[in-house]
Amino acid sequence: MKRIYVNEDWCLGCHLCEYYCTFANSGLESMAYALKGKPLSPRIQVEEEGEIHFAVSCRHCDNPVCVKSCITGALSVEDNVIHCDTNKCVGCYTCIMACPYGCIMPATSGVIQKCELCTNNAHQKPLCVQGCPNEAIVFEER
Amino acid sequence: MNYVIIGNSAAAIGCVEALRSSDPAGIITLISSEPHHTYSRPLISYLLQGKTDEERMKYRPDDFYQTNHVCAKLGCTVTKIDAKNQKVMTDSGETIAYSKLLIATGSRPFVPPMEGLETVKKQFHFMTLDDAKALEKALGPDQKVLIVGAGLIGLKCAEGILHRVQSVHVVDLADRILPSILDAEAAPRVQKHLEEAGVSFTLGASVKKFKANEAHLTNGEKVPFDIVVLAVGVRPNVELAKEAGCAVGRGIVVDENSKTTVANIYAAGDCTETVNAATGKTQVMALLPNAYLQGEAAGRAMTGGRDGFSTAIPENAIGFFGLHLITAGNYEGEADLVEDTETCYKKLFVKDGRLVGYMLIGDVHRAGIYTDLIRKKTPLASLDYDMLRKEPQLLAFSRTARDAMLAKSH
Ligand SMILES: Cc1cc2nc3c(=O)[nH]c(=O)nc-3n(C[C@H](O)[C@H](O)[C@H](O)COP(=O)(O)OP(=O)(O)OC[C@H]3O[C@@H](n4cnc5c(N)ncnc54)[C@H](O)[C@@H]3O)c2cc1C
Repeated sequence: MKRIYVNEDWCLGCHLCEYYCTFANSGLESMAYALKGKPLSPRIQVEEEGEIHFAVSCRHCDNPVCVKSCITGALSVEDNVIHCDTNKCVGCYTCIMACPYGCIMPATSGVIQKCELCTNNAHQKPLCVQGCPNEAIVFEER
Repeated sequence: MNYVIIGNSAAAIGCVEALRSSDPAGIITLISSEPHHTYSRPLISYLLQGKTDEERMKYRPDDFYQTNHVCAKLGCTVTKIDAKNQKVMTDSGETIAYSKLLIATGSRPFVPPMEGLETVKKQFHFMTLDDAKALEKALGPDQKVLIVGAGLIGLKCAEGILHRVQSVHVVDLADRILPSILDAEAAPRVQKHLEEAGVSFTLGASVKKFKANEAHLTNGEKVPFDIVVLAVGVRPNVELAKEAGCAVGRGIVVDENSKTTVANIYAAGDCTETVNAATGKTQVMALLPNAYLQGEAAGRAMTGGRDGFSTAIPENAIGFFGLHLITAGNYEGEADLVEDTETCYKKLFVKDGRLVGYMLIGDVHRAGIYTDLIRKKTPLASLDYDMLRKEPQLLAFSRTARDAMLAKSH
């Protein structure tokens, strides 16, 4: 299955992926409207120190401990994508406790949010990948 | 193959899902006393709070039994296991044969003897959907509620009902709230938050007797009440297993493949005792993720798999009135108080060069990075601990370890 992979050596630390992600999940058509004057709430996050930069987002694990730990049944695997039914989620954060990569985060709505490879929004293909200027984030089979 | 599962909650569902991933054809019969479609037990407090409803509480979709070809006998109780002939008997007089059996009977409330308890008309447990619905009927703006037990269940109940009653008072014999997951330093922070929300406490005392609508406590205090919720603790449901000849300690004894000591009988979830991977000691864990993972290991083992579940650790993620806490592992070894500010409390526990436990209150982001280090017993020398203690982050790992996480499929 195609997943997001990160090439650490090529990451410039520009954080554009975080902007594209916030926009992609905003439900708005204009990037300017989606971002202007609003806090970023991306599901991908850049870690960096000195010369090291890389982006981290849900690995869509084959053996997803978040899904298995979810106390409500809100997290499930749909067509290999780990999906959160935000209508069922109550924001207990058990998945935040479980994810080994730290890729699930609280959403401003009080529940959680995570990368769903843009299958849950209008873009259908990961917008962070499309927006990465240096191909440090790729969407492919490995 | 004829699989029979007793129970219909996390452990049972974990088993069904594992069975179906490798055996699409075997017959699965699931028997459970509770008459409901599988639901999330922890959500009963959210139900009373108005944050969910019975529809959204369903642990799996409506068509779960159908899609997985499970014959679900709900509202049916297993009364006996005949291990010799590989059969279970039910209260409706049925006898069902099994080739492999899973006992996932969970736990039930434990009630210590309290004088006069039988005279309390409005007394409730807080374990099941039916308990929550019965309690809900008694709630009202003029009702004073006394909750006995300041553990997770008692306090979640307090949060769930506070806005629907006149008052909620919690009594616990321990000198602090959440005694099994918070230490004496961390517990008062959470208690203060609950008090600010309106919950009151008497700690270090228990109920000596109930007299009319008053609870007389061991410290001399008298607490008036209309409703009593008993949330002192839970005990594993082990009787069926014991009668069938399975070894039972505090819970049903199982190995990492969830096998009991009797051939073709497996057990998983709150009814079992498990090795805590952080200490190596055996204990009853009574937590939903472990229940699912143990049930899943049972399902795999029943279909010939050998990769059991051996990384069970105590782990809790809970919130009260907007304050989140996550704790995991155990609190032996050296305590490293990393942060103690208005918004965040963070303590890590390191033993023999490994992270063995943590407590996070307030800021809980990316806590799973810590949890994974405990589960995997990762030597801290293999990463940058100074960086990691400040913030859970993948930067603290070696480049090779990081590439394995981010550049390979999992
Ligand atoms: C209010 C509350 C809040 C909680 N919050 C959390 C939380 O935040 N995080 C967490 O990790 N855990 C939490 N828990 C604990 C969690 O609910 C349990 O760990 C989990 O439900 C265990 O699942 P299980 O499958 O082992 O058993 P159970 O959920 O106990 O289910 C066992 C089932 O077996 C049935 N059964 C028993 N005996 C028989 C029989 N003889 N015949 C037929 N059926 C039988 C019972 O009716 C029951 O339906 C909470 C529990 C409560 C009550």
